[in-house]
Amino acid sequence: MELKTVKTQHVPVRYFEGGKGEPLVFLHGAGGLLAGDPLFAKLEQKYHVYAPLLPGYGDSEECSELRDMLDFTLHTADVVEALGLKDPILVGHSMGGMIAAEMAAIAPHDVSRLALICPAGLWLDEYPIPDLFSMLPFEMPQYLFHDVEAGTKLMTAGVALDDPEWLKAFLVMNARQMGMAGKILFPIPERGLAQRLYRIKAKTVLIWGDSDRLIPPAYAHAFKKGIKGAELVSIPEASHLVTMEKPDQVAAAISKVA
Amino acid sequence: MKFTWFNLMPWQDLPDDFREKHRSVWVDIDSRLFDPARAHHLYNEYMDLLEYSSTLGFDGIGVNEHHQNGYGIMPSPNIIAAGLARRTKDVGLVVLGNSIALYNPPVRVAEEFAMLDCISGGRLVAGFPVGTSMDTNFCYGQIPALTREKYAEAHDLIKEAWSNPDPFAFNGRYNKLRHVNIWPRPIQNPMPIHIPGGGSVETYDFCIDNTYSYSYLSFSGYIRAKALLQGYWDRVAERNAPDTSPYRAGFAQTICVADTDEEAERLYSEHVSYFYNRCLHVYGGFADAPGYRTIKTIQTGALSQYAPPVNGYSNLTWKDLTEQGHVIAGSPETVRQRMEELIKGLHVGNIFCLLHVGNMPKDKCMYSTKLFAEKVMPKLRNMFPEYKDDNRFWCKPLANQATPGSLPTEKAVAAMVGGKD
Repeated sequence: MELKTVKTQHVPVRYFEGGKGEPLVFLHGAGGLLAGDPLFAKLEQKYHVYAPLLPGYGDSEECSELRDMLDFTLHTADVVEALGLKDPILVGHSMGGMIAAEMAAIAPHDVSRLALICPAGLWLDEYPIPDLFSMLPFEMPQYLFHDVEAGTKLMTAGVALDDPEWLKAFLVMNARQMGMAGKILFPIPERGLAQRLYRIKAKTVLIWGDSDRLIPPAYAHAFKKGIKGAELVSIPEASHLVTMEKPDQVAAAISKVA
Repeated sequence: MKFTWFNLMPWQDLPDDFREKHRSVWVDIDSRLFDPARAHHLYNEYMDLLEYSSTLGFDGIGVNEHHQNGYGIMPSPNIIAAGLARRTKDVGLVVLGNSIALYNPPVRVAEEFAMLDCISGGRLVAGFPVGTSMDTNFCYGQIPALTREKYAEAHDLIKEAWSNPDPFAFNGRYNKLRHVNIWPRPIQNPMPIHIPGGGSVETYDFCIDNTYSYSYLSFSGYIRAKALLQGYWDRVAERNAPDTSPYRAGFAQTICVADTDEEAERLYSEHVSYFYNRCLHVYGGFADAPGYRTIKTIQTGALSQYAPPVNGYSNLTWKDLTEQGHVIAGSPETVRQRMEELIKGLHVGNIFCLLHVGNMPKDKCMYSTKLFAEKVMPKLRNMFPEYKDDNRFWCKPLANQATPGSLPTEKAVAAMVGGKD
């Protein structure tokens, strides 16, 4: 995979590109996307994958003009167009799934194949989603991983809280990335998607880790109910970061629509 | 110098094992610890203390805004200030302040401050905080990365609502108002404005550009505040502000006065400990929602530099707290010396005196307050003689003040209107 830049209306957008085959656009979650992402590695064996970073993520320029859900949705549609793509396979994880679902609802004739991996965007009072924005790093693995111990190791590798330079760099990254994510996820990750889901015409697959403790599987059923004909693939022994825990099974599920 | 007697209004009954049994004093504090009947007495006691201090020569009495907070049971300082306006005379009413990004539309703040200014006869000193992340983001749900933009818009709207004599349209991003025309209007125009800040470069500039006073309301004392206020004064110089008046800055300091240093420790250490150990027990996840601070501010290293002590306050003894300047305590002479160090060292003209601490009962609070007012304050009055006429940051009351509660007797009324009896 290669990190490249494409111009858009607002700011230059950074994106990872790799693989050969049918074009597939992957929209990352609030945690961002790193080189060597296991799902990306899996997908580029079969597709021509484009994974744009939301402004502020990684080394990309921030964009203060993007403030609300409509801004995020249209910006991402602009990116797809700027990449020269038409109706690519659209895949989104968590926050990226929320944006992908909005794109498919707003322009149903532009999105014919949609894979949503434990997307955000709905809110069920009976299943309140934990507040990601008030979590301390050491509290996150229990919500994000099925194997909490392995997840903790993964998340704390390289962490040096007592090094002021490391801490500053971490705080800057967190402010850039989670500050941006907060515009559509804070304080409740819901911006009216439920009343627009009916517009989606894409062949849709919902992919969910059985033990997702951030956005629990009850939401899978709510999405399934809202999107006509959507198929649900449940993946055992995986939580919210199912893309890292079970990349093979996620890739196989995506191939159900493509 | 301008001395303001400032009250946070802490809840006084947090249990001994509060730190162990509860994760935070703020945002998700257990509501079962709150007793409304007890609050009835506490609010009245705190307002009594504010009124009492207004009779001792303080320039101002001060209140502030916090939400879902065990050390500040004052979500609406304007309600308290309205009560104080009626029962005090001459003293400045320092409302520090209203978190203007939280009110929709913010003309509500323009209206309420105008009401307070009219009721008090021009005694309002107003504050516009961005608000802490706890209050603004976690309690009131504002999106962190948009909070400052919304704040700036609210500020522009309020300022114009006070100064534009004609109805105007305001087409903001967060406020669409076709007919802004507040009624009543404030007596003071321009209003003296203080901006609480915590080290953001943007806030320094905002104060300099608008001739507002920058207030650092910290609980960690004047020694730790040195770097932050130096940053402010450096910025004042860099931006070529017309002067370096000490009234461009304010500082909050916890102060306890007794006859002797030993008496101060004996009388106040348990209340100081209550405040620093229980009241400041805030869950780390609520301290700073990502996006609330600007990148520029994080990059200055301000956060680690000004952060509370690494292990929190819980391990700090009375000796630590007083020696490190978190608390200025002791005999009038000890307090005078340290206050002088503070005022000169930070170059600040506005002092917000935290003379009520934690669960301090009213008798001790009155004792400490009176000693400060009579034996310390007079000796600190003339620290900046060259700026003694700088009135830009303080209220300018009307000469002709109404006397509340001065209706004529019923008998006199009957005579006046010519009715029978």
